[in-house]
Amino acid sequence: MSGGDGLDGALFNRLFALFLIVSLTMLALVLAFLAAAWFRRGGVRQDGVADENGRASREPLLRALLIGWTALIAIGLIGLTFASFLTDRGMADAIPPDRRTINIIVTAKQFWWDVNYAFDNEPSKNIRTANELHLPVGVPARVTLKSSDVIHSFWIPNLAGKQDLIPGRVNDLVLLPNRTGVFRGQCAEFCGIQHAHMALDVTVESRAQFANWLAAQGKPAPAPASPLQKAGYLYVMNRECSGCHAIAGTAANATVGPDLTHLMSRRSLAAGTLPMGRAGLYAWVADPQGVKPGNNMPYVGLDANELHAVTAYLETLK
Amino acid sequence: MNVLSGKELPRDGEMLQGEALHARLDKTWRRDPGLWGWVTTTDHKDIAHRYIVTAFTFLVLGGLLSLVMRLQLATPESGLISPDRYDQIFTMHGTTMMFLFAVPVMEAMAVFLVPLMIGSRNIAFPRLNAFSYWMYLAGGILLWVAFILNIGPDAGWFSYPPLSGPQFSPGKRIDIWAQMVTFTEVAALAVSVETVATILKQRAPGMTLARMPLFVWVSLVVSLMVIFSMPAVALASSFLIADRLVGTQFFNPAEHGDALLWQHMFWFFGHPEVYIIFLPGVGFVSEITATFTRRPVFGYPLLVLAVVAIGLLAFGLWVHHMFATGLPRLGYAFYTAASMAVAIPSGIQIFCWIATIWDGRPRWETPLLYVVAFIITFVIGGLTGVMLASVPLDLELHDTYFVVAHFHYVLIGGAVFPLLGAITYWFPKFTGRLMSERLGKTSFWFVFLGFQLTFAPMHWAGILGMPRRVYTYPTGLGLEQVNLLATIGAFVLATGFALFLVNSLMSMRRGTVAGANPWDASGLEWATSSPPPPYNFPHIPVVSSRHPLWDHRDHLPVMTGLRVDDRELLLTTVMEARPDLREPSPLPSSWPLWAAITSTILFISSIFTPWAVLYGSVPVAITLIAWFWPKGPVTPEPVIQ
Repeated sequence: MSGGDGLDGALFNRLFALFLIVSLTMLALVLAFLAAAWFRRGGVRQDGVADENGRASREPLLRALLIGWTALIAIGLIGLTFASFLTDRGMADAIPPDRRTINIIVTAKQFWWDVNYAFDNEPSKNIRTANELHLPVGVPARVTLKSSDVIHSFWIPNLAGKQDLIPGRVNDLVLLPNRTGVFRGQCAEFCGIQHAHMALDVTVESRAQFANWLAAQGKPAPAPASPLQKAGYLYVMNRECSGCHAIAGTAANATVGPDLTHLMSRRSLAAGTLPMGRAGLYAWVADPQGVKPGNNMPYVGLDANELHAVTAYLETLK
Repeated sequence: MNVLSGKELPRDGEMLQGEALHARLDKTWRRDPGLWGWVTTTDHKDIAHRYIVTAFTFLVLGGLLSLVMRLQLATPESGLISPDRYDQIFTMHGTTMMFLFAVPVMEAMAVFLVPLMIGSRNIAFPRLNAFSYWMYLAGGILLWVAFILNIGPDAGWFSYPPLSGPQFSPGKRIDIWAQMVTFTEVAALAVSVETVATILKQRAPGMTLARMPLFVWVSLVVSLMVIFSMPAVALASSFLIADRLVGTQFFNPAEHGDALLWQHMFWFFGHPEVYIIFLPGVGFVSEITATFTRRPVFGYPLLVLAVVAIGLLAFGLWVHHMFATGLPRLGYAFYTAASMAVAIPSGIQIFCWIATIWDGRPRWETPLLYVVAFIITFVIGGLTGVMLASVPLDLELHDTYFVVAHFHYVLIGGAVFPLLGAITYWFPKFTGRLMSERLGKTSFWFVFLGFQLTFAPMHWAGILGMPRRVYTYPTGLGLEQVNLLATIGAFVLATGFALFLVNSLMSMRRGTVAGANPWDASGLEWATSSPPPPYNFPHIPVVSSRHPLWDHRDHLPVMTGLRVDDRELLLTTVMEARPDLREPSPLPSSWPLWAAITSTILFISSIFTPWAVLYGSVPVAITLIAWFWPKGPVTPEPVIQ
């Protein structure tokens, strides 16, 4: 069930169950009345005279029933409105005010997620990644949501409800995962031709694992070793790639596309379009428009040697 | 004193009735022969016919698009159609169904039925009525020609900027969409004004507000809703075109515009729009239930109040489409409460209809079956609507297939099922023949079961996390079975619609010939022949209760004295419907068509250059001046010496 693994998921599940029970009860009452009407047969003629085969009109009974029915609906709705309101408050209050939080800035772009971990006290520890979130279990993460192009919506069904990312506005959302695991997030507002392929990999891990991940992400990319990797490195630095992408520790520092410093440590490529791996890399680098038509990474037209070299270099970005 | 004989007397009355009266009225009211007559007609029934046929054509087109989408989504990672094509298709599906099918078809039913139900000879402003149809047709053709040329809009029927703005949607696709909105808004506003005027001023003598058939009440409320809500979207789409065409920055945050402004304006129209589509269903269901249970609808005043309440509440809950946009949390509570409050009048209505069936003597013919299907389906859709009104639940379910399921339950269940029932019910009034009952029942079961099979699994797809408006979805998320089921259901549903269509086409030619009142119904529309003559009623009926034909089975009282050699209507007072004035009704004219053509030229050229608004207004002005050119003096009143 959605929301169950996140910020006070129990409250959410209880609310959903309550709505479901009330709704099914009302539906059962309607169907019972309808069935009674279907099988009753008989009743009054339009001129008010009792049908010889039927019974007299039961207007007074119906009027009493209607009053009861309306009261039942009204009470039910008032109950549900309050339950909904209190759950909303409850979920907001579930964030411990004094606990240290992680600050993450997510900027949505057509059709990927630019993710920045911001440490206000130690800006040198800031890291930038893409299309993935790592979260320590039980630690609140305050996610600041921005968009630099069109409206997107940030949604990790297991962890929390969705929030829109709207250009010109800043929204935020607190994630508080209560169990470790791997979850899928995705864009929930239609944002253009590749809205379907705008996913986000979320890894909830222990605090130690998270610290390790953070430390690893903070390191610059290693220098290329083999001649093939070096050729790839030179291509990436001197040709199209570095026009959009950044790789920490190199001259490539553009922010148009995703940061590639630790590309291979991610679970998928192109915002959840392909599983991470050599096959995916080849497919993506060779023809991004074939894999994800309409995305903003152009078809470059690498020849076979260039493709081997670039892929070999990218594979070192662990 | 010189007494004129019946033949010379130019008014209906004791001296002039029966065949002689028919001949005189027919000569006055019938349209000119041939194509010219068809083009220039101002008869509300002619215009309603073409409106309904056009709207159902768009239903078929929009439905075919949904089948293509279901085929694409039947399997994960399907490559059947390209993402660009898919975006155009889902945009076209939503736009066609909302703007070109649902609203126009409901208005068309009102255009046909209201004058007959209130005992009038024609609708008010009949030339405006003709004009509105041509505008609607032009808007629909514009959109579909663009789609066929592969320049169909692709930003959704809601067209949120900045995605629909100049930066992210270059080209003309969105301009075409926005201008199509303008066309349909003009058409809808025109029809609404006519309907309100007709209902308030042309009711038969004695038909007080409290005696109006429920469908007429609904039409009044819906028309007022159109008048108050549609300007918001017309303005929004004009802003959008201005942003795209002349560089205004209404929706551009970089220049202090606001992307959310669009959403407020769009949903301020968009939510009432849903009730504009659903409330006519309430009218259909009420009429059908009364006739087929042979009992007046239980709780008439409550049903009227419920319709009015829904009409008012509709304007206070648009923000529930925007719970995820980050507006102030406390304000959301108001919109939650307002959205849930709609369940109270809706619940009362449901009770009243079931009570009517329970207390009446139901005849289980096709229209009543659609009422039962409507009740079941609409209640389910209403309850999922209550769930979506809750902010915490909506934040999970918003923009998922749960919402897709929800609104198809309320729109198909709440509006299309009653509409199919209504078409079956009033078919004899449209065509003079009854639809086949056997084929009707067969198609009913296909439609009802196919619908459930299509849309019930979508609830589950949404709960599993499948977002809307995706052209494909990955394997392994558990979405395969639900999507396959929905696709199978869609084809069953389509079969049902096809059978319905076949039934109506066959019955039009070979159906049982119906008399004036084949169902023994109580409304005035059944007091005249099927199909009605061009002048609707030989004499204007006089009403003394809510069920004139049940209370006066043998002889409906009438009022006489309207001129027969000129088109003349009887106007009555707004509240009590006391006879007030005699009013001439406009003759056929080709000017509405010319005005629609020049307006179309203006609207379409303005997609390409803003100057078109300037130059294009000249021919529009000329046609309008010709249209409104003062008529010559009326034929002098004949005076009895």
